[in-house]
Amino acid sequence: MSIWEYANPVKFMRLSGAILPWVAAGAAICTVAGLVWGVLTPPDYRQGASVKIMFLHVPAAMMAINIWLMMLVASLIWLIRRHHVSALAAKAAAPIGAVMTVIALVTGAAWGQPTWGTWWEWDPRLTSFLVLFLFYIGYIALWEAVEDPDSAADLTGILCLVGSVFALISRYAAMFWSQGIHQGSSLSVAPGERMSAVYRYPLYLTMLGFFLLFLTLVLIRTRTEIRLRRTAALQAREARQ
Amino acid sequence: MIALLLRDLRLATRAGGGFGLGLGFFLILCALIPFGTGPDTDVLASIAPGILWVGALLACLLSLDRIFALDFEDGSLDLIATSPIPLECAVIAKAAAHWLTSGLPLIVAAPLFGVLLQMPAAANGWLVLSLLIGTPALSLLGAFGAALTVGLRRGGLLLSLLVLPLYVPTLIFGAEATRRGAAGMDASTPLVFLAAITLLTVALIPFAAAAAIRINLR
Repeated sequence: MSIWEYANPVKFMRLSGAILPWVAAGAAICTVAGLVWGVLTPPDYRQGASVKIMFLHVPAAMMAINIWLMMLVASLIWLIRRHHVSALAAKAAAPIGAVMTVIALVTGAAWGQPTWGTWWEWDPRLTSFLVLFLFYIGYIALWEAVEDPDSAADLTGILCLVGSVFALISRYAAMFWSQGIHQGSSLSVAPGERMSAVYRYPLYLTMLGFFLLFLTLVLIRTRTEIRLRRTAALQAREARQ
Repeated sequence: MIALLLRDLRLATRAGGGFGLGLGFFLILCALIPFGTGPDTDVLASIAPGILWVGALLACLLSLDRIFALDFEDGSLDLIATSPIPLECAVIAKAAAHWLTSGLPLIVAAPLFGVLLQMPAAANGWLVLSLLIGTPALSLLGAFGAALTVGLRRGGLLLSLLVLPLYVPTLIFGAEATRRGAAGMDASTPLVFLAAITLLTVALIPFAAAAAIRINLR
């Protein structure tokens, strides 16, 4: 019993169909409960109520980066082992990642206005997120532009590999280029740096919720892609007869 | 490889359009900026290094789709792919031809356009040096973008969407080196980083671009 069995679309469809309702329910419960809990936390002594934006901002930012990493892994699996489900999962994840990046940028702007006094600052973190968004846009556009599905999967896979290298370099180049006002690590577990438990636990809950939300969406979208592929195959067979 | 390089150079110079076009675009861009920002000398002097770098980058972008598209259409790309030299070397030769025809003229003209933008004379050396180190990376990354989009009918806009984010690190370090030079500071640190990015590009991108061409020729 290996994980590669689920590279078979039929097995993948069976498993994903079975777990999808549970994952979706978990995503709904964790996200809603975490956000409600987050809203009910006491205001921060310096930032006031604006600290509550964190419960949207941090999970979205975390997912924006991790979805790109997931696409990188899926692209590598496709390029090395040629499993179609993997390529389709990368395709399905890209728009979700782009939306997460937008959520992180917009909530960050709404948070920055009252605390930093500006909607936007050319801070390394903000800048590298903007660059990450541009990479998502290019990746999605390339998928849309190439007609042959296998070529599209290959080309976007290569773009994802090269893009990962350059997104990482951009991150460090931006740190060289400008001094930041965004704080460093927010999720440090070192004593003294770690955030108060009042905020920490609802944040963990929303992070779990956003992860499950991503899992739900990517499973639904991958299933849709597989069904689209099947429909196309059936239509092609019909046309030949 | 040399033959391929010479052939591309001959095509670029004799077919017209490609050679002077980027240079003309660069000149127009540098002439338009003062209309947008106002003719204030201090403002222009402070933004000149960045404008010159962005201008060079955009002018480079103009001629990118020519790298592979014409050869793909008339079938010579298939011949190049089946020829004894590896496709990776062909990519390097074609990127070098692109650099010689669009990058090098920009580097020669940049100090001249710097005068238009009131750039301090002290920055000229740094500007030329940083462009000399950085523009080969622009040509190679552009060749990668051109390889990805060579099979598409309307790849031009998509090409710039794919390539411009890849240009970010080169632009940051190149403009930073020129800016430090203009301010009279030591610019060797950003130049070293710029050289590192160019070397990384030379080492990695030919393989990625060649893989993309193979997929598009399938």
